[in-house]
Amino acid sequence: MQANLKESTITTDSFSQGVKDCLPTLLGYISIGLAFGVIGITSDLSVLEIFLLSVLVYAGSAQFIFCGLYVAGAPFSVIIITTFIVNLRHLLMSLTVAPYLTRYSTLRNVGFGTLLTDETFGVAVTKVMKEKHLGGNWMDGLNVTAYLTWIASCTIGGLIGKWLPNAESLGLDFALIAMFGALLVLNLTNVGKSKLLHYLKLIGLMAVLLYSLLYFVPGHLAVLIATVIVATIGVVTEK
Amino acid sequence: MTTSLSMILLMLGCALVTWIPRVFPFMLVRNVKMPNIVLKWLAYIPVCILSALVLESLFRVEHNFVTLDFLNFIAFIPTLLVAIWTKSLSKTVVTGVVTMAILRFFLH
Repeated sequence: MQANLKESTITTDSFSQGVKDCLPTLLGYISIGLAFGVIGITSDLSVLEIFLLSVLVYAGSAQFIFCGLYVAGAPFSVIIITTFIVNLRHLLMSLTVAPYLTRYSTLRNVGFGTLLTDETFGVAVTKVMKEKHLGGNWMDGLNVTAYLTWIASCTIGGLIGKWLPNAESLGLDFALIAMFGALLVLNLTNVGKSKLLHYLKLIGLMAVLLYSLLYFVPGHLAVLIATVIVATIGVVTEK
Repeated sequence: MTTSLSMILLMLGCALVTWIPRVFPFMLVRNVKMPNIVLKWLAYIPVCILSALVLESLFRVEHNFVTLDFLNFIAFIPTLLVAIWTKSLSKTVVTGVVTMAILRFFLH
């Protein structure tokens, strides 16, 4: 009894807990969403198109690049292929999270995958690091909250952009970098003292590798290649 | 508040190529048992991908040279300190955005 009680306090799999755990990231979604809406307007998208893009594509970096390519008049094939490459990192993220959710139905797994983003991935793996466990209701709460906030923020950003064309200089775009930094720190706090040095060395290696790769490939591709290489080196050099 | 058919098709194309990489692994791990070595490798993905995303934003490609993006780099220092100190997502994001807004206000 005692043991059961203790276990249930560690892993509360409820939709509302997922919503709650999503709240700290909302500021990030709101900032980036507003920034995207503003940039969408300056890239000649209509508010309706900004809304549809955030509903259908639901990926910050891909949506920004979409605007950049669209306003530059790139052919549709180039826009679609670039979007694919930019979001290919989600393949690795899904692959990391999916093993913890196989006990749920196919349909629910499609749902988990469809709404996976950099941020929900970050929150989910931080939870896995702490508890070695993920609940489906918790995932849904996290995902749905993030999704609805994103759509609302992008659309409102578009409306703001119609009134304040220079809103991009507010520093909102830095929210994404700050959030990735915080998620990185949270993950590192949970790896344990013995492994921390190993991880810090890998991050040092990541900096050198990324710097070199940027001479040859665009940023999003460098991120993907460097992640695959450094993770492999991580496994090989593990003690 | 308008759009065109070709724009809708373009967005649907982008939606499809974003959706497949997100959902495919969820279908894969249901049907294939992941070998231990792959699971070990996947354990490194979070830290690797998050550090890659952060570091990539601190570099800038300019005239065929890769240099430090000074503005992002300077704004990242207090951001990182607040992240380590508070372990809080929201406080870190606010610090980052406010620092960047102040930097841009004084430097532009």
